Amino acid sequence: MAYLELDRVAKQFGAQTVVDDFSLSVGKGEFISFLGPSGCGKTTTLQMIAGFLDPTHGAIRLEGKDLTAIHPAKRGLGIVFQSYALFPHMTAAENVAFGLEMRNVPRAERAERVRAALAMVGLAGYEDRHPRRMSGGQQQRVALARALVIKPSVLLLDEPLSNLDAKLREEMQIELRQIQRTIGTTTILVTHDQNEAMSLSDRIVVMSQGKIEQIGTPQETYEKPSSAFVSQFLGKTNDFAATIDRTATPARVTAGSWSAPAPVGLSGPVTVSIRPERIGFGATGLNAKIVTRIFQGNHWLFQCDSECGPAIVIRQNDGERQPAEGEAVHLAWRPEDMSVRSGASA
Amino acid sequence: MSAAAEEPNTRAPWALTAPALMLFVGVLLIPLAMTVMLSFHDWGQYKGIEPVFILKNWHEIATDPYYAEMFWRTFRIAILTTLLTALLGAPEAYILNRMDGRWKSFFLLIILGPLLISVVARTLGWALLFGGNNGLVNKLLMSLGVIRSPIPFMFTETGMVVALAHVMMPFMVLSVWAALQRLNPQIENAAMSLGAGPVTIIRRIIMPQIMPGVLSGAIIVFSLSASAFATPAIIGGRRLKVAATLAYDEFLNTLNWPLGAAVATLLLVALVLIVVGSNALIERRYAEVFR
Repeated sequence: MAYLELDRVAKQFGAQTVVDDFSLSVGKGEFISFLGPSGCGKTTTLQMIAGFLDPTHGAIRLEGKDLTAIHPAKRGLGIVFQSYALFPHMTAAENVAFGLEMRNVPRAERAERVRAALAMVGLAGYEDRHPRRMSGGQQQRVALARALVIKPSVLLLDEPLSNLDAKLREEMQIELRQIQRTIGTTTILVTHDQNEAMSLSDRIVVMSQGKIEQIGTPQETYEKPSSAFVSQFLGKTNDFAATIDRTATPARVTAGSWSAPAPVGLSGPVTVSIRPERIGFGATGLNAKIVTRIFQGNHWLFQCDSECGPAIVIRQNDGERQPAEGEAVHLAWRPEDMSVRSGASA
Repeated sequence: MSAAAEEPNTRAPWALTAPALMLFVGVLLIPLAMTVMLSFHDWGQYKGIEPVFILKNWHEIATDPYYAEMFWRTFRIAILTTLLTALLGAPEAYILNRMDGRWKSFFLLIILGPLLISVVARTLGWALLFGGNNGLVNKLLMSLGVIRSPIPFMFTETGMVVALAHVMMPFMVLSVWAALQRLNPQIENAAMSLGAGPVTIIRRIIMPQIMPGVLSGAIIVFSLSASAFATPAIIGGRRLKVAATLAYDEFLNTLNWPLGAAVATLLLVALVLIVVGSNALIERRYAEVFR
């Protein structure tokens, strides 16, 4: 039984369709990410759940009840905004207490819950600070405490970490995940950062141009992308034009001078897609030449010129000798590490 | 880089600001000092101005209740005008800010448009509408039988407040508008998601944040209203004088320049004290929120 259900939700602004045919079931306690480039409709979808926008078609249900019929102020969802949207004229404690005040929580209980919420996000002792006197990370924590203190049925996060610097963002990601695990609130995160989506979520909804491209666990979407868009959006990938020859026995898939037994199904011209870290330098395989070699500490990044076009290869810095720039190499990979799509690559 | 370039050149800034500085000193500071000095001079019907140092004018202002009444009226009108512009202007700015792009610029133009028209013309408009038996509105209402005698507008404090509020409204709207621009566009959604209704959002979230804008608008409107000349002169005329029209009359009708100078100086000093004082209060009150 789905906890939060979006059933064929669509949103149109005039003639423009921003979200189309969006269906998703979210289980209780699940952490879901809406991932996609800007303008893909992920924030619009979030705003429809929050109630700031009404869907043009479709239904949104929470525990079987129609959510769209409920006024946004009565939905009881916790929302963290990209800009935090803290109340600048109130202290941190007053900001967090606001939602409880609206719910007529008695003063003593309110104070206790505010204290606990601020302590949970690591801001004990900051009760009387005003937002303008806090750092971006601290404001972010206040916004999170403010959304969580009302014990929301669903926590909605709209690019909450995009205004933080890289190091702080990583810290907050870990903290956010721990807090979510601890209190078990069903959470939806909107982000354009694939690393953020992968490190935080139970499942990722990859979106493009208002449509769902793929729904799956981080590993599934990364390892088994269902479309070229997904494979390119989630990390780097190599697309090679290949052909599958079913007349041979057993059938073979061939890309340049690389060849392997073909998977069942497709035939004719196909595109094979391999992650750069799954390609190795072998004795046989796709002929290529190293164009540039970049040392990145724990790994090497190679840009190669192969007979099927440019390719990138990532090798762990495991102490083995690595090919030098200008060196001719053979690119090889295991057939199970590639995904095959019909048609020539774009 | 040469050593000379690293040394701050102290002469250049002075040289560059000299023309503006000279203008400022020449047309503002010197006349102002002369006016203050003038207020200590003597004047007689037949002897004219005598350049002596006496406190006669100041003594007259301090003891004659006529002047006290005049100054109280000036500040009463200014305060009422300020309240009226705040009560109407703040909601006006808020509604304007919520409008769609095209309507927003249209109505903003309507609000700012009057600034392009002379204050005299705008005030004369009120006189045309409500000026005694010949006022258009009065005529219309009387012919319809709604009222029997003209609405008392000319030569009343109410009329002056209404006309001044009309003239000053753009300053209040612009000031509140500027404060609204600094509002986080998601702040109302944030409050709504926490369970706040529309009234609570305005009272608890919007109002406290635009208060500095309302107050700075109030300072502008108050000081401009208290020192306004054209509107009180047209609506109030000789019958209902305020400090500015009083000073004008002393200068140009009675020709008692020293007394007029004393009135003008007192108005200036009172206004500076009120504005500086309230500004300091506002800054202290909102220091924490709007640094």
